[in-house]
Amino acid sequence: MELYRLGIDEARTALDKGEISPVDLTKAVLDRIEAVDEKVRSYVTVAGERALRQAADAEILLKEGKKQTLLGIPLAIKDNICTKGVKTTCSSKILENFVPPYESTVTKRLNDQGYILTGKTNLDEFAMGSSTENSAFGLTKNPWDFERIPGGSSGGSAAAVAADECMAALGSDTGGSIRQPAAFCGVVGLKPTYGRVPRYGLVAFASSLDQIGPLTKNVKDSAVLMNIISGHDIYDSTSADVPVPDFTSLLGQDIKGMKIGVPAEYFIEGVDSEVQASVKEAIQKMESLGAVPVEISLPHTEYATATYYILATSEASSNLARYDGVKYGLRVEGDDLIDMYMKTREAGFGAEVKRRIILGTYSLSSGYYDAYYKKAQQARTLIVQDFEKAFESVDVIVTPTTPTPAFRAGEKTDDPLQMYLSDIFTISVNLAGAPAISVPCGYTSNNLPVGLQIIGKHFDEASVLKTAYAFEQATEWHKRKPEL
Amino acid sequence: MQYEAVIGLEIHAQLLTETKIFCGCSTKFGSDPNTQTCPVCIGMPGVLPVMNRKAIEYVVRTGLSTNCEIPLLSRFARKNYFYPDLPKGYQISQFEMPLCGEGFVDIIVEGDHRKIGLTRIHLEEDAGKNIHAEHGNESFVDLNRAGVPLMEIVSEPDIRTSKEAVEFVKKLRAIVRYIGVCDGNMDQGSLRCDANVSVRPVGEKELGTKAEIKNMNSFRFIEKALDYEIKRQIKALRDGERIIQETRLWNTDKGITESMRSKEEAHDYRYFPDPDLMPIELEQSWIDGVRGGIVELPDTKRERFISDYNLPEQDADLLTSEQSMADWFEQAVDLGGDSRSVSNWIKGEMSRLLNDDNKLIEDCTITPGLLVGMLSLIDKGTISGKIAKTVFEKMYRTGKEAAVIVEEKGLVQMSDESGIEAIVDDILSKSPGEIERFKGGDAKLMGFFVGQVMKETKGKANPKIVNELLRKKLK
Repeated sequence: MELYRLGIDEARTALDKGEISPVDLTKAVLDRIEAVDEKVRSYVTVAGERALRQAADAEILLKEGKKQTLLGIPLAIKDNICTKGVKTTCSSKILENFVPPYESTVTKRLNDQGYILTGKTNLDEFAMGSSTENSAFGLTKNPWDFERIPGGSSGGSAAAVAADECMAALGSDTGGSIRQPAAFCGVVGLKPTYGRVPRYGLVAFASSLDQIGPLTKNVKDSAVLMNIISGHDIYDSTSADVPVPDFTSLLGQDIKGMKIGVPAEYFIEGVDSEVQASVKEAIQKMESLGAVPVEISLPHTEYATATYYILATSEASSNLARYDGVKYGLRVEGDDLIDMYMKTREAGFGAEVKRRIILGTYSLSSGYYDAYYKKAQQARTLIVQDFEKAFESVDVIVTPTTPTPAFRAGEKTDDPLQMYLSDIFTISVNLAGAPAISVPCGYTSNNLPVGLQIIGKHFDEASVLKTAYAFEQATEWHKRKPEL
Repeated sequence: MQYEAVIGLEIHAQLLTETKIFCGCSTKFGSDPNTQTCPVCIGMPGVLPVMNRKAIEYVVRTGLSTNCEIPLLSRFARKNYFYPDLPKGYQISQFEMPLCGEGFVDIIVEGDHRKIGLTRIHLEEDAGKNIHAEHGNESFVDLNRAGVPLMEIVSEPDIRTSKEAVEFVKKLRAIVRYIGVCDGNMDQGSLRCDANVSVRPVGEKELGTKAEIKNMNSFRFIEKALDYEIKRQIKALRDGERIIQETRLWNTDKGITESMRSKEEAHDYRYFPDPDLMPIELEQSWIDGVRGGIVELPDTKRERFISDYNLPEQDADLLTSEQSMADWFEQAVDLGGDSRSVSNWIKGEMSRLLNDDNKLIEDCTITPGLLVGMLSLIDKGTISGKIAKTVFEKMYRTGKEAAVIVEEKGLVQMSDESGIEAIVDDILSKSPGEIERFKGGDAKLMGFFVGQVMKETKGKANPKIVNELLRKKLK
């Protein structure tokens, strides 16, 4: 058995039966990283020695009969989630040597369940991008086609899962940054409801949109990770104090009679024909499982991208002000204070980050605030209402995750607007704060994965996971692996 | 042309919470630099603020004590600007929806009652402190103060003179100290005051261009700085100059205000609602609970002191300016002290001694009981009013009871008439010349005879008896 191929649930079973050991499992994953990461480049930092130490500890605890969901299981963490004592760079030169003195809430919760950290995965700098090409530390490749990008911004996490360089990973999703790379890399990616998973320790890009979530090899593993990372956190006032159900408990229930909303605005010209075909086929499959497709409308969809890029950049312009060369991270000396600020930020930030800081600063400026920021907030309310209205008549909504399969590296780097449009199907969900998953639903003739997005009501990840699981179990798509 | 000044004040008051506004770090003053910090208050990547509920309560308490409207919904906003003492590159403050809306406080200036409007009171976090090396170019940042909760009280431009401004700040200081939300310490900066000052011709309704005056860290400097600034602006207008909208710093050494930055260089703070904090939703029942817990405020207490204790207004003003002083006074009266006498002793000797030692009444060695004990010795004629001053100071230094001090020092008043008469006779027999002149019409010499007797008795002779005896014998 190739141990690195395992997902969380399978590994747990094998570990608990004593068929495999945490050290063997961790070594297998580290060897896999050694073997393929030179090509895939999922990781910014591989915490190999640390992982082996953790594995040795886990081995003892396991023998002592300790029961922890993730005891001895190697997971990768996106490099914008703070891990105490392990470098957290956000793929930015400005944080190139930043070692957090504190642990994020999600990794603390994973620690409490005994996980092993393989390392930190690559991303678009500060999670700003859709291809991971905005990383200051190299390009991550799509494991299905090295000419192509893995998506972004959680491209490193998605590629690492697809290339079996970890059992699963955490990413973050502000406008599609978990779901879009999951779709491009043929893995499962879930963006939880805003407020479901604590953000404490997630380096902020756009605070009202950011959400941490799992990228996994199958739906069940996402449910397992959601059980661990969800729930109120006293360190995050925006985390919701609502009960967390056992997300695995609904898995396996049938979806007979479930109403599946199909929004007209997501099946439009410009969407790749193979993607359209795969998604339509997926809907038929769900229908054959007893679900009832219902045509719906999300009329303000066309405003989503503009709304998003005003709100996200506004918040980002403020969130990134702390990288000023004074306290931590990069400092480039200058003639005076202002000169130091300017030189530091000039050298520390990449082009896309600068572009977004400038856009956001502009939107918030006196005289422009009402026309941009305030207007965008109003548009956001309309988008929220679109979803509320739709969910009066359906249980979940299905759409393509992305309009096209993974594109070629360099194809859109000179045209930010084209790049922004690769997120048109995921962005509205962040604005609405709803949960959504991307599951593999087919392959193009070029053997590139296609993702199906299933969107749920607020705090109803359980229905999303149940639907995704039913679909996954009725198809073979999740079993395909890239040749490396 | 006659000009009048129009002044609005912004008071920043550090709240007396144990911990900072968004994290659990201590707010204690004076610790070593950067020892009271954590990832949250130094603005590490990924951290989030969590609101200190006590801080909200303190601001609402202040609003309720200053007649403010308390809206049920309030929000926090980010004020964006770069400065080394501001670790996140923005200050979490309030902009469109402050915790307290319009209110007012009453002040009395030279006998006139004035109502000064409040625009708003909001809550925000304090910044850290930049420290510049004495030698060399280095600068340092101390973030102990970063994240200490700060309340900003903004007045309407209702103030016309520097004296009114001082009374207004004094009144607010008394209120925040009464209700226990701020220590009011201006030296340490826990109460700071900025002023927006403009002048206009008397009778004019339009406001003139204003200057913002900062760095006035005592009542005396507020008065001096505002007087200077008002004169400066009037002179400029009389000279045909234009007032520039700018920030000016009070320079204590030079006694002038100096330009710091003009409006053109001023920041665009790009306020927007902070997405990391949920809006504050207050319940009316909670607000009512806070209102119910508020102690008697200075104005009410002052009125009560005048009517219940029959005190002059000035006495009531002084006694109610500090809760601790008012409490001290009332305890002494409760123990049987005469209200006027107690008030006089507090105003006089007590204030003088405390001032000399830079101490507060709550730290005074003389308890209300000790004073009342001494007052009864005066009433009984055991000591004279004059001796009492000596006794009072001894009590202050030692904390001993008056009776004990009188006993130890032999200060009991001499009221035995025959004993005094013997001394009077002795003095008179030694002063034939003076008697001659007195009888010849030099009435001032009475003082000489009294003085001699007092000298002989070390001040202990009952002055009334001495006078009576002398008058009789010199007829």
